[in-house]
Amino acid sequence: MRVELLWWEGCPSHPETLADLHRSLTEEGVDTEVETVEVVSDEQARAERFPGSPTIRIDGEDIFPCPDAEPYSLTCRVYRRRDGRPSPTPDPDDLREAIRRRHADRR
Amino acid sequence: MQIGDEAMKFSLPATDGSEHGPDGVTVVVFTCNHCPYALAWHDRLTQVARDYEGRAGFLAVNPNDAERYPRDSFDAMRERVEADGGWPYPYLHDESQEVARAYGAQTTPDVFVLDAEGVLRYRGAPDADHRDESQRAAWLREALDAVLSGDDPARPETEPVGCSVKWRQ
Repeated sequence: MRVELLWWEGCPSHPETLADLHRSLTEEGVDTEVETVEVVSDEQARAERFPGSPTIRIDGEDIFPCPDAEPYSLTCRVYRRRDGRPSPTPDPDDLREAIRRRHADRR
Repeated sequence: MQIGDEAMKFSLPATDGSEHGPDGVTVVVFTCNHCPYALAWHDRLTQVARDYEGRAGFLAVNPNDAERYPRDSFDAMRERVEADGGWPYPYLHDESQEVARAYGAQTTPDVFVLDAEGVLRYRGAPDADHRDESQRAAWLREALDAVLSGDDPARPETEPVGCSVKWRQ
């Protein structure tokens, strides 16, 4: 399983997201490295189809697809907690569930 | 701008067509539409505005470059306030970014508390954790209570946390 975390320095949320990601992978028994990719320009954001920071991809697919992400640019991504509150990071339960699903699909 | 400095006086257009600037003890919050940190703290800050109504003014200022971030355009600001059924404080557009530069705003949100003489008395985050609503913008409330009592805030400066201000390029 290839896990990537794409981030932009304009949002301070990536360290927290990386920690959540490591925790979720461990809890789901997935033994893999997380590749971190810094996005530094709007050109790179378009090339990477980067909807905002942070973005998590597994095997090249955004685990939280956002269809209205265009135009791709250097921006911060708004997630929602399970209670509906806006958040700079995915809800840890949603993250764990997404990893579990992807992990199960590969078995 | 440092704690103890006199803040720049300004008057900026609000979403309702009026103009506003600091007057008396005032909270100036640089904020925006698109940043998840600004959104996460929004309700807590709005509650502060309600709780201190009549004792302290409250101004929300959007300084972001709307050309690169259309969700922060003046039209989008108006739409947001209308969609919310109105805000209990003005939402101001700092199109030239002159005010944000003069204040040294770094993030959205970035909170500044001015005393009745327009002197900066607090600058930083609303509270310690954007994820924890029970914090209730405690650092801002603590600073406001001190200023309104004529005292120095015990914690005059904290690290602002949020998305970087989107400067024009």
